[in-house]
Amino acid sequence: MSIAATFEIEYLQYLDPEGKPVRKDFPEFTRDLDHMVELYKLMVSTRVFDTKSIALQRTGKLGTYASCLGHEAAHVGIGSAMRREDVLAPSYREYGAQLYRGVQPREVYLYWGGDERGNDFQNAPKHDFAWSVPIGTQCLHAAGAALAFKIRGEQRVAVCTIGDGGSSKGDFYGAINIAGAQNLPLVAVIVNNQWAISVPRRIQTGAKTLAQKGLAAGLFAIQVDGNDIIAVRKAMDDALARARSGQGGTVIEAVTYRLGDHTTADDARRYRSEAEVKEAWTRDPVKRLRAWLESKKAWDAKKEEAWKAECEAWMDEEVNAYLKTRAQPVEAMFDYLYAELPADLAQQREQAIALERGH
Amino acid sequence: MAQVTLIEAVTMALAHEMARDPSVVVLGEDVGVNGGVFRATVGLQEKFGELRVIDTPLDETTIAGVTVGLAAQGMKPVAEAQFEGFIYPMMEQIACHAARMRNRTRGRLSVPAVWRAPWGGGIHAPEHHSEANEHLFTNIPGLRVVLPSSPSRAYGLLLAAIRDPDPVIFFEPKRIYRQYKEEVPDDGEALPLDVCFVLRDGTDVTLVTWGAQVKETLEAADALAAEGISAEVIDVATLKPLDFDTIHESVKKTGRCVIVHEAPRTAGFGAEIAARLAEQAMYDLLAPVERVTGYDTHIPLFRLEMKYLPSVERIVAAAKRTLAAS
Repeated sequence: MSIAATFEIEYLQYLDPEGKPVRKDFPEFTRDLDHMVELYKLMVSTRVFDTKSIALQRTGKLGTYASCLGHEAAHVGIGSAMRREDVLAPSYREYGAQLYRGVQPREVYLYWGGDERGNDFQNAPKHDFAWSVPIGTQCLHAAGAALAFKIRGEQRVAVCTIGDGGSSKGDFYGAINIAGAQNLPLVAVIVNNQWAISVPRRIQTGAKTLAQKGLAAGLFAIQVDGNDIIAVRKAMDDALARARSGQGGTVIEAVTYRLGDHTTADDARRYRSEAEVKEAWTRDPVKRLRAWLESKKAWDAKKEEAWKAECEAWMDEEVNAYLKTRAQPVEAMFDYLYAELPADLAQQREQAIALERGH
Repeated sequence: MAQVTLIEAVTMALAHEMARDPSVVVLGEDVGVNGGVFRATVGLQEKFGELRVIDTPLDETTIAGVTVGLAAQGMKPVAEAQFEGFIYPMMEQIACHAARMRNRTRGRLSVPAVWRAPWGGGIHAPEHHSEANEHLFTNIPGLRVVLPSSPSRAYGLLLAAIRDPDPVIFFEPKRIYRQYKEEVPDDGEALPLDVCFVLRDGTDVTLVTWGAQVKETLEAADALAAEGISAEVIDVATLKPLDFDTIHESVKKTGRCVIVHEAPRTAGFGAEIAARLAEQAMYDLLAPVERVTGYDTHIPLFRLEMKYLPSVERIVAAAKRTLAAS
């Protein structure tokens, strides 16, 4: 027998679910405990933000909302590895990555609260893409951004995030395929949370790992424990460095679990057992990093309490800012459609304004 | 000054704009070494290199989505769909992202891109190579939809499309790609993207059309003239946004209107023009509006395709019906 090709997929993990090291060769960045605390604090604030979002929705103050509960290590790991000049093309629940890049909670609330201004990031990089609801489509935007960087000779990287379900889409395959064919600085992170609404990972694909899809496209590929932020961050750092230096793109599969419903319009009890969710909680990414930080004497219960209170106050401020934001005037639906409103549409705009005034 | 065909005018406009603006790139299947299956991009890769004339993997979705990404990150991509019948996988990226990027980000990001596609029937092509599907795009907010019908308009409108800050669907009537040559100076002068072109003045009936059907419509106007009927011919050229004023002014003068297009009849773009005439020009009309269109069938394989496409005879007959009505 002659072999045309062989491959293997590395699985990367540094901390076990109890926060205990499973290997000795920790990456350099973990020696900076202040930075590790910063990552932890953002994971906590992301969770406080998420809880607040769901409460807003349950009290009728927000539309449908997609929770990120359980994804904090994956998302913060992605966001913290990127440079500001890099481009993020997220799907619709990567708040941890986005908050790190400067997206404000009030912007998330505005978007899910039915106002396009939520997509007009004020503090995050202006070039970052907004949330992408049509599954997988954002992967090609990242590939296009990566192609733009290559054409212009810029040392920048485009990062897209995708779910396990999204990795079944042609847009995902298309993006990693052209990234391989054109050697583009693209990092595609599959945040495998095991559930695409009600469809479990096992019937999403026959592939043993989702990461190996990257190999088929000629990219680097790695599977990491997505609840271990050190593993996510290390894989991201390596992938970004390779992409930035022209060595090619990477597919990272971050294995995690969606601890909440798909969105506030979903009821996960219809399709998965309480026992499964309970078991998944034992792998909680926040608890894991906290245990490790406490073992390093970098965190304790007092700090936890103080930071949570700070997060609560921050989110209250954000919620208030959101709730105080008045709806846009009716003509806003016309005013951003084209760079300049075509004459043909001006009449409809006038009609809408007149109706608003009761004429 | 060059005598060029419509497709050569497309190439000329692409080369002109690529030389003028380094952010303009061309991408698609076979657009590089091969110069495109119709040769629209011939010579461009030699001149501008592989970084700016990109042979993509064979996936229309990829071409469309990468085009969105390029455009949102400061490039001005001109994507080619090899045939209009292969544009369907691109529609999600066009409708869900290209068309709404500016709106949904309140102007933070935009998609200044062009999607070019050879369009329409009449070249004895295989199945899926002869569609007229412009109406699927005219209903999508945020797009411009352009259909040139002569070498000079192809040149000027394509320049305008590339320079436009918003996404443009640019359908090229492949039946008349090489129909005739015209003097087109390579002067970089764009044509406006929001006007109809009056190709022939007339007083008795207004014939409104676009794309390859301009050929039959002008011939019909000749035939009508031979019988003493004066037909005005309007090439809509930019369907979206529509310059209805030019059509309305003409109908005020003639009182009669025949709309000619090769796409299927029901909910074709002719229906929009007819509806606006009903809304705004009812009292200018001396006769019911006529439509001469493709049937509500698939364009047949090529043994029958010329029986599907509007003919000079059908256009002449429709014009005469409007005259008989009043």
